[in-house]
Amino acid sequence: MGDEVRVAIESDADLVTARAEGRAMAERLGFPRPDPTLIATAISEIARNIVVHVGRGEIVLQPFEDADRYGLTVIAIDRGPGIRDVEAALRDDVSGRGGLGLGMPGARRLMDEFDLTSDAEHGTVVTMRKWRYRDELALLREERRRRDQTR
Amino acid sequence: MAVAILREGDLLIASIESDLSDSEVIALRDDLTRMVGDHRIQGIVIDVAALDVIDSFVARALRAIVLTARLRGAETVIIGIQPDVAIAMVQFRLNLEPLRAALDLEAAKAILLRRTQGDALDGR
Repeated sequence: MGDEVRVAIESDADLVTARAEGRAMAERLGFPRPDPTLIATAISEIARNIVVHVGRGEIVLQPFEDADRYGLTVIAIDRGPGIRDVEAALRDDVSGRGGLGLGMPGARRLMDEFDLTSDAEHGTVVTMRKWRYRDELALLREERRRRDQTR
Repeated sequence: MAVAILREGDLLIASIESDLSDSEVIALRDDLTRMVGDHRIQGIVIDVAALDVIDSFVARALRAIVLTARLRGAETVIIGIQPDVAIAMVQFRLNLEPLRAALDLEAAKAILLRRTQGDALDGR
């Protein structure tokens, strides 16, 4: 399955690394097009929020797998002052001042799950997920292989 | 260098050659705006085929290039947006006004030629 990948975010150059790592993991996991691009774009937005609003943080990429799905979890962590108005940060704001207001809702639309927790004490954690149902044929083949092995 | 800028008469062709950091995007915006005045440029073509991500920041920078170049008398056409990137941009709901895109350099030149031959005056 592969292990998680962590990318330290300290400057805008680190966004390039975070995007590339996210795309590579999505491709490794077997996501069809255009998902790797959607995932890389969402990562770019939340990583930029860290650079612009806090200065430093981390992006953690984790593969996950259950009975009939595979997917990728992206976690963006910073220890900044927190987002005062979480709802406003997720609302569409066409004026787009300062970067917030467009990035978060956009990233949310590109992923399947999106969760934001933030407070002044612990900073901000954004958790996003994209997943796919596994191919029926692959599932059947795997099932048979397992049956054959136990026989 | 991450962007190669070529001059062809009154046309600038900027080919982005790798994924760009935010500061490189800003540098491109500033270089192009300056060159429009230095060389009496009428048209700019920006090839973004090497970008696998066009997020809100890049989209905003491209819009800024289009608008500032227009105030300096030049029109801009973006070429080479990858299919997956186009899908992501739409799903993101990026504000794409007033970006003008074409599939390739030939198509972009045709658009710019029409513009400089009078269309630029009819309200756009």
